[in-house]
Amino acid sequence: MAGLLTPELMAHIGRTAAPRRELVTRRDIRKYAVATGQRLGKFLAGDEAPPMFYIALFWDVVELDQLQPDGISADTLIPEFPLKRAMAGGLKIDFHRPMHPGDRVVARRTLTDIYEKEGSSGPLIFYEVTTNVDTEDGEQVLTERATRILR
Amino acid sequence: MPRLADISMGHELPGREFRTDNVQLFLYNAALWNAHRIHFDYPYATEVEGYPGLVNAGPLMGDWLTQGVLEWLGEDGTLTALEYTNRKASIIGETLRFAGRVRAVDVDSDSAELDVGIVNEAGEVIIPGVARVTFRDG
Repeated sequence: MAGLLTPELMAHIGRTAAPRRELVTRRDIRKYAVATGQRLGKFLAGDEAPPMFYIALFWDVVELDQLQPDGISADTLIPEFPLKRAMAGGLKIDFHRPMHPGDRVVARRTLTDIYEKEGSSGPLIFYEVTTNVDTEDGEQVLTERATRILR
Repeated sequence: MPRLADISMGHELPGREFRTDNVQLFLYNAALWNAHRIHFDYPYATEVEGYPGLVNAGPLMGDWLTQGVLEWLGEDGTLTALEYTNRKASIIGETLRFAGRVRAVDVDSDSAELDVGIVNEAGEVIIPGVARVTFRDG
């Protein structure tokens, strides 16, 4: 083990981002449905949001000068790690109920894990961010666990 | 439309081909508000990041996994969970396809587990995943 994860870095586990609140609209659902090539009428008409619509609904909106040269905005929930190059990650999503136009929903993101593994070409840092999406009334919509790998 | 009683382990879902062009990729990233240059800036994607072309967005292909499942399921059930890994990048112009197969059926909970994936032209599963579905009233 290279021991890249200092107690200071590990102390970030449990950190939460400010909740994001959004209103689901038919127009946004329809734009998403067309762009993803949906074929089911309820999605194309915007009557119901496709399961992965939350990705578009909660994508970070920042001002132009906050975009990095590669066009990405920095995720302020994540501390600066000693490894920088991001590798492919994975998602685990539990869907509780679909979203519809008029739904007011809130996303809460928590940094839920940080760990280190020895890869074939050196150390790897893994971190997991859990996003809970609920309605403003407290009904669960979905839970997403995203794992990112740095090398 | 599948009924739980009619499916068993190994049952294959209908496949579907996907081929992005830069119009679809533009609209997808616009719908997200995603300005990552690898999706629209060809000189940046190829010369700076070393990709052979503009890169398909990972969550777009994740969405295709849900479409493959939902078009098979119809109104007979719901998608309750999905997990997947972005194992390899793909670029626009590539023909990709959705593949899915039932890997377990649980009659007690009216649910099934499916192996799903996005496969490239070389036959590599670039996005392997697992989906869980629950049927209405078996």
